[in-house]
Amino acid sequence: MASNLVSITRRGFGQTMRKDNWWVAPALTFIGLGAFVLYSTWAAFQGNHYWVPGTGYLSPFYSPVLFDAPGMVSGHALLGAAPSWIPTWLPFSPALLILWAPGGFRFTCYYYRGAYYKAMWADPIACAVGEPRKGYRGENWFPLIIQNIHRYFLYIALIFLVFLAYDAYSAMWFQNADGTWKFGIGVGTLILTANVICLGLYTTSCHSLRHLIGGVFDVLSNKPVRKKAYDCVSKLNVRHMLFAWISLFVVGFSDIYVRLVSMGVWTDYRIL
Amino acid sequence: MAKATFSIRRGDRTTAEMVDYQTETSEGMVVLDAVHQIQAESAPDLACRWNCKAGKCGSCSAEINGMPKLMCMTRLDTIDLTKPVTIEPMRAFPPIKDLIADVSWNYEVKKRIKKFKPRKPDAEDGTWRMQQSDVDRVQEFRKCIECYLCQDVCHVLRDHEKHQEFIGPRFLVYSAALEMHPLDTENRTEELKDLHGIGYCNITKCCTKVCPEHITITDNAIIPLKERVVDEHYDPIGKLVKLFRKK
Repeated sequence: MASNLVSITRRGFGQTMRKDNWWVAPALTFIGLGAFVLYSTWAAFQGNHYWVPGTGYLSPFYSPVLFDAPGMVSGHALLGAAPSWIPTWLPFSPALLILWAPGGFRFTCYYYRGAYYKAMWADPIACAVGEPRKGYRGENWFPLIIQNIHRYFLYIALIFLVFLAYDAYSAMWFQNADGTWKFGIGVGTLILTANVICLGLYTTSCHSLRHLIGGVFDVLSNKPVRKKAYDCVSKLNVRHMLFAWISLFVVGFSDIYVRLVSMGVWTDYRIL
Repeated sequence: MAKATFSIRRGDRTTAEMVDYQTETSEGMVVLDAVHQIQAESAPDLACRWNCKAGKCGSCSAEINGMPKLMCMTRLDTIDLTKPVTIEPMRAFPPIKDLIADVSWNYEVKKRIKKFKPRKPDAEDGTWRMQQSDVDRVQEFRKCIECYLCQDVCHVLRDHEKHQEFIGPRFLVYSAALEMHPLDTENRTEELKDLHGIGYCNITKCCTKVCPEHITITDNAIIPLKERVVDEHYDPIGKLVKLFRKK
């Protein structure tokens, strides 16, 4: 019988009696989210190679294009060229005008909140593992109380889905040599279609949508349409984490694909 | 039969030490069996709370290799027995003796939550009518055995000791069971926000992970309650829409 003294007090950062590889999940989350944030920020500031000439391909990071980048005519801009009153010294990219919306939707997402509080802020870094800070305010006070606006980002994300669906449709059209447009399917078409499907699954499995569509009521049996919708969203909601990661990967890859095809690094193979 | 080492927390409210015990293990044993064997063989004064040995009473909650678990539901063949297995009491509550923690704080918290307040009976005989589909949602919450493992793993209580300001996942589930009940007429969102500290939950889902009854605590209880708090306090447009609808 051997003994060693331990104090049952608050444990320091990373201290735990756990013997499993508890650090793997937060490390993977840190790498995955960190890589996406770095790449998407870089891509948003580029302001070029966001569409592929001669095709309907448009990067989802730039969709919808409100104004084209200075000196560019993508054919996707809703409001035409960049306004002349924007100072030339200010970095301007069409993505900067819209990326706050999907970014905000993900940032305030219930799944991502739990994931990055753990992986990026170590609060806690893993279940039953000691934390670096003693003080804690949670989402009770500023700034994290702002997370409560998630439903507003949801409304915007639902509108963005319409644009992305239109982009997937546009990606089915290719320009002939004589300037006319012809229906076709390329690898990019499949990628941009997969993108809107994945983002659609992620958005429609949202906890806020689940609440707004039916969870807000205690009695749903007298609202058959809402009940059906609530059951559908609830089924999707079970896989919200999966959809969050798949859609994150696919949307990032969609931008990479459009960018590299536009740069001529990759060739877009036509299937039809 | 193989020998395994169990490193068990021994001590009282103020001092404690981890003591290693060796005992024979056999197929089908759970951690509680090993603890009982150790009591019989070498530590008759080892304090351990248990009752049903079937994962239904919620008495034998402890931390096994650092994770909150029921001792009676943790089979030894799921643990690496080549290294000492640590068994400690729940850390979110004050220790009393050996593996026993003082969970009485939970009983006090429960008293603070507004009780079930049903609407007027639907029938003259004083009974109510409701659809099964409407109570399905809250029936999941009624599986809770009050083992308090979710309270133990919650970092708000465990690491930040917000026992005065936060009621913990167990009582958010309890509140959800009342709040979402089709017959209940009480509104608990004000208390949830201000007195029960729902904003302290940062959705790390540790409570869901350790629940022996597999209640989807975070997704089905806490987040829907957070959304109801948003309805009342953080959604001005939603409030405005409701106002116009009423008129």
